[in-house]
Amino acid sequence: MSSLQGYVDRRVILILQDGRVIVGVMVGFDQKSNVVLSESKERVYSMDEGVEEIPLGLYLVKGDMIVLIGELDDAVDQAVDLGTIHAEPIPPIRY
Amino acid sequence: MLIFSVFKTLTDQQVTVELKNDLSITGVLKSVDQFLNIRLDNIKVLDEARHPHMMAVKNCFIRGSVVRYVQLPSEHVDTQLLEDATRRESLAAVKR
Repeated sequence: MSSLQGYVDRRVILILQDGRVIVGVMVGFDQKSNVVLSESKERVYSMDEGVEEIPLGLYLVKGDMIVLIGELDDAVDQAVDLGTIHAEPIPPIRY
Repeated sequence: MLIFSVFKTLTDQQVTVELKNDLSITGVLKSVDQFLNIRLDNIKVLDEARHPHMMAVKNCFIRGSVVRYVQLPSEHVDTQLLEDATRRESLAAVKR
Protein backbone atom coordinates (compact mmCIF):
# COMPACT_ATOMS: atom_id res chain seq x y z
CA MET A 1 0.00 0.00 0.00
CA SER A 2 1.42 3.30 -1.09
CA SER A 3 0.20 4.82 2.14
CA LEU A 4 -0.08 8.40 3.30
CA GLN A 5 1.24 7.44 6.75
CA GLY A 6 4.55 9.22 6.21
CA TYR A 7 2.74 12.54 5.78
CA VAL A 8 0.91 12.64 9.11
CA ASP A 9 1.88 15.66 11.24
CA ARG A 10 3.86 17.06 8.30
CA ARG A 11 3.17 20.25 6.41
CA VAL A 12 1.77 19.23 3.05
CA ILE A 13 0.57 20.82 -0.14
CA LEU A 14 -2.60 19.51 -1.74
CA ILE A 15 -3.46 20.03 -5.39
CA LEU A 16 -7.13 19.50 -6.12
CA GLN A 17 -9.01 18.52 -9.27
CA ASP A 18 -10.28 22.07 -9.83
CA GLY A 19 -6.72 23.41 -9.67
CA ARG A 20 -6.87 24.78 -6.13
CA VAL A 21 -3.77 24.58 -3.96
CA ILE A 22 -4.12 24.09 -0.20
CA VAL A 23 -1.31 23.88 2.34
CA GLY A 24 -1.71 22.63 5.89
CA VAL A 25 -0.63 20.08 8.47
CA MET A 26 -2.00 16.62 7.75
CA VAL A 27 -3.65 15.31 10.88
CA GLY A 28 -5.36 12.28 9.41
CA PHE A 29 -6.32 10.25 6.37
CA ASP A 30 -8.18 7.06 5.49
CA GLN A 31 -8.33 4.22 2.94
CA LYS A 32 -10.03 6.40 0.33
CA SER A 33 -7.33 9.07 0.73
CA ASN A 34 -9.77 11.45 2.38
CA VAL A 35 -7.53 13.86 4.26
CA VAL A 36 -7.91 16.16 7.27
CA LEU A 37 -5.71 19.26 7.36
CA SER A 38 -5.26 21.66 10.26
CA GLU A 39 -4.16 25.29 9.98
CA SER A 40 -4.88 25.04 6.28
CA LYS A 41 -4.58 27.93 3.85
CA GLU A 42 -5.49 28.18 0.21
CA ARG A 43 -2.80 29.62 -2.05
CA VAL A 44 -4.27 31.59 -4.92
CA TYR A 45 -1.87 32.03 -7.84
CA SER A 46 -2.26 34.65 -10.51
CA MET A 47 -0.11 36.37 -13.12
CA ASP A 48 -1.11 39.90 -12.11
CA GLU A 49 -0.50 39.71 -8.36
CA GLY A 50 1.67 37.79 -5.94
CA VAL A 51 0.34 34.66 -4.26
CA GLU A 52 -2.57 35.32 -1.92
CA GLU A 53 -3.00 33.08 1.14
CA ILE A 54 -6.53 32.60 2.41
CA PRO A 55 -6.83 30.98 5.87
CA LEU A 56 -9.28 28.06 5.88
CA GLY A 57 -8.67 26.47 9.29
CA LEU A 58 -9.50 22.80 9.80
CA TYR A 59 -10.39 21.19 6.50
CA LEU A 60 -11.54 17.76 5.39
CA VAL A 61 -10.78 17.08 1.75
CA LYS A 62 -12.54 14.23 -0.02
CA GLY A 63 -10.13 11.76 -1.59
CA ASP A 64 -11.95 12.00 -4.94
CA MET A 65 -10.97 15.66 -5.21
CA ILE A 66 -7.26 15.14 -4.62
CA VAL A 67 -4.74 15.11 -7.45
CA LEU A 68 -1.51 15.22 -5.51
CA ILE A 69 -0.19 15.46 -1.98
CA GLY A 70 3.35 16.75 -1.53
CA GLU A 71 5.48 17.00 1.59
CA LEU A 72 6.66 20.59 2.06
CA ASP A 73 10.27 21.23 2.95
CA ASP A 74 9.61 23.91 5.57
CA ALA A 75 13.02 25.57 5.24
CA VAL A 76 12.61 26.01 1.47
CA ASP A 77 8.95 27.01 1.76
CA GLN A 78 9.61 29.67 4.39
CA ALA A 79 12.52 31.10 2.41
CA VAL A 80 10.20 31.89 -0.50
CA ASP A 81 8.48 35.26 -0.47
CA LEU A 82 5.09 34.28 -1.85
CA GLY A 83 4.23 37.92 -2.57
CA THR A 84 6.83 38.01 -5.33
CA ILE A 85 5.63 34.87 -7.12
CA HIS A 86 3.52 35.31 -10.20
CA ALA A 87 2.29 32.14 -11.85
CA GLU A 88 -0.59 30.72 -13.81
CA PRO A 89 -3.04 28.83 -11.61
CA ILE A 90 -2.78 25.04 -11.99
CA PRO A 91 -5.24 23.93 -14.67
CA PRO A 92 -8.22 21.81 -13.63
CA ILE A 93 -8.35 18.11 -14.49
CA ARG A 94 -9.65 17.28 -17.97
CA TYR A 95 -10.68 13.71 -18.68
CA MET B 1 -3.35 -6.49 -11.44
CA LEU B 2 -0.67 -7.11 -14.04
CA ILE B 3 0.20 -3.45 -14.34
CA PHE B 4 0.38 -3.20 -10.57
CA SER B 5 3.03 -5.94 -10.65
CA VAL B 6 4.91 -4.16 -13.42
CA PHE B 7 5.03 -0.99 -11.35
CA LYS B 8 6.22 -2.93 -8.33
CA THR B 9 9.21 -4.20 -10.31
CA LEU B 10 10.01 -0.60 -11.24
CA THR B 11 10.41 0.78 -7.72
CA ASP B 12 13.55 2.88 -7.25
CA GLN B 13 13.59 3.71 -10.96
CA GLN B 14 13.29 7.18 -12.43
CA VAL B 15 9.87 7.74 -14.02
CA THR B 16 7.92 10.69 -15.43
CA VAL B 17 4.24 10.93 -14.57
CA GLU B 18 1.96 13.07 -16.72
CA LEU B 19 -1.22 14.10 -14.95
CA LYS B 20 -4.63 14.93 -16.38
CA ASN B 21 -4.06 18.58 -15.48
CA ASP B 22 -1.09 18.59 -17.91
CA LEU B 23 1.50 18.68 -15.12
CA SER B 24 4.48 16.39 -15.67
CA ILE B 25 6.51 15.25 -12.69
CA THR B 26 9.77 13.31 -12.77
CA GLY B 27 10.98 11.41 -9.74
CA VAL B 28 12.11 8.13 -8.25
CA LEU B 29 9.22 5.66 -7.92
CA LYS B 30 9.06 4.74 -4.24
CA SER B 31 5.86 2.75 -4.07
CA VAL B 32 2.58 1.99 -5.76
CA ASP B 33 -0.69 0.46 -4.51
CA GLN B 34 -3.67 -1.39 -5.97
CA PHE B 35 -5.29 1.86 -7.15
CA LEU B 36 -2.01 2.71 -8.93
CA ASN B 37 -1.54 5.62 -6.54
CA ILE B 38 2.11 6.52 -6.89
CA ARG B 39 4.70 7.84 -4.46
CA LEU B 40 7.62 9.72 -5.96
CA ASP B 41 10.81 10.89 -4.26
CA ASN B 42 13.18 13.63 -5.30
CA ILE B 43 10.63 15.12 -7.65
CA LYS B 44 11.03 17.72 -10.33
CA VAL B 45 8.20 19.41 -12.19
CA LEU B 46 8.78 19.81 -15.91
CA ASP B 47 8.64 23.46 -16.95
CA GLU B 48 9.36 24.64 -13.42
CA ALA B 49 9.26 28.30 -14.46
CA ARG B 50 5.57 27.97 -15.30
CA HIS B 51 4.75 25.84 -12.24
CA PRO B 52 6.54 27.23 -9.18
CA HIS B 53 3.76 25.84 -6.95
CA MET B 54 5.80 22.79 -5.98
CA MET B 55 9.19 24.43 -5.41
CA ALA B 56 9.38 23.30 -1.78
CA VAL B 57 8.12 19.77 -2.44
CA LYS B 58 10.64 16.93 -2.38
CA ASN B 59 8.36 13.89 -2.41
CA CYS B 60 4.72 13.41 -3.26
CA PHE B 61 1.74 11.09 -3.43
CA ILE B 62 -0.15 11.08 -6.73
CA ARG B 63 -3.68 9.74 -6.96
CA GLY B 64 -3.88 6.93 -9.51
CA SER B 65 -7.12 8.26 -10.99
CA VAL B 66 -5.49 11.49 -12.23
CA VAL B 67 -2.52 9.90 -14.01
CA ARG B 68 -2.62 10.17 -17.81
CA TYR B 69 0.72 8.58 -18.68
CA VAL B 70 3.73 7.13 -16.91
CA GLN B 71 6.97 7.19 -18.87
CA LEU B 72 9.02 4.15 -17.91
CA PRO B 73 12.72 3.43 -18.35
CA SER B 74 12.57 0.97 -21.27
CA GLU B 75 15.74 -0.85 -20.21
CA HIS B 76 13.95 -1.96 -17.04
CA VAL B 77 10.82 -3.30 -18.74
CA ASP B 78 10.91 -6.79 -20.20
CA THR B 79 8.44 -6.22 -23.06
CA GLN B 80 8.53 -9.86 -24.17
CA LEU B 81 7.63 -11.04 -20.67
CA LEU B 82 4.90 -8.39 -20.44
CA GLU B 83 3.47 -9.44 -23.80
CA ASP B 84 3.31 -13.07 -22.74
CA ALA B 85 1.77 -12.17 -19.41
CA THR B 86 -0.96 -10.02 -21.00
CA ARG B 87 -1.79 -12.82 -23.47
CA ARG B 88 -1.97 -15.34 -20.64
CA GLU B 89 -4.22 -13.05 -18.63
CA SER B 90 -6.63 -12.35 -21.49
CA LEU B 91 -6.74 -16.07 -22.34
CA ALA B 92 -7.61 -16.87 -18.73
CA ALA B 93 -10.36 -14.21 -18.86
CA VAL B 94 -11.88 -15.82 -21.98
CA LYS B 95 -11.87 -19.30 -20.42
CA ARG B 96 -13.69 -17.97 -17.38
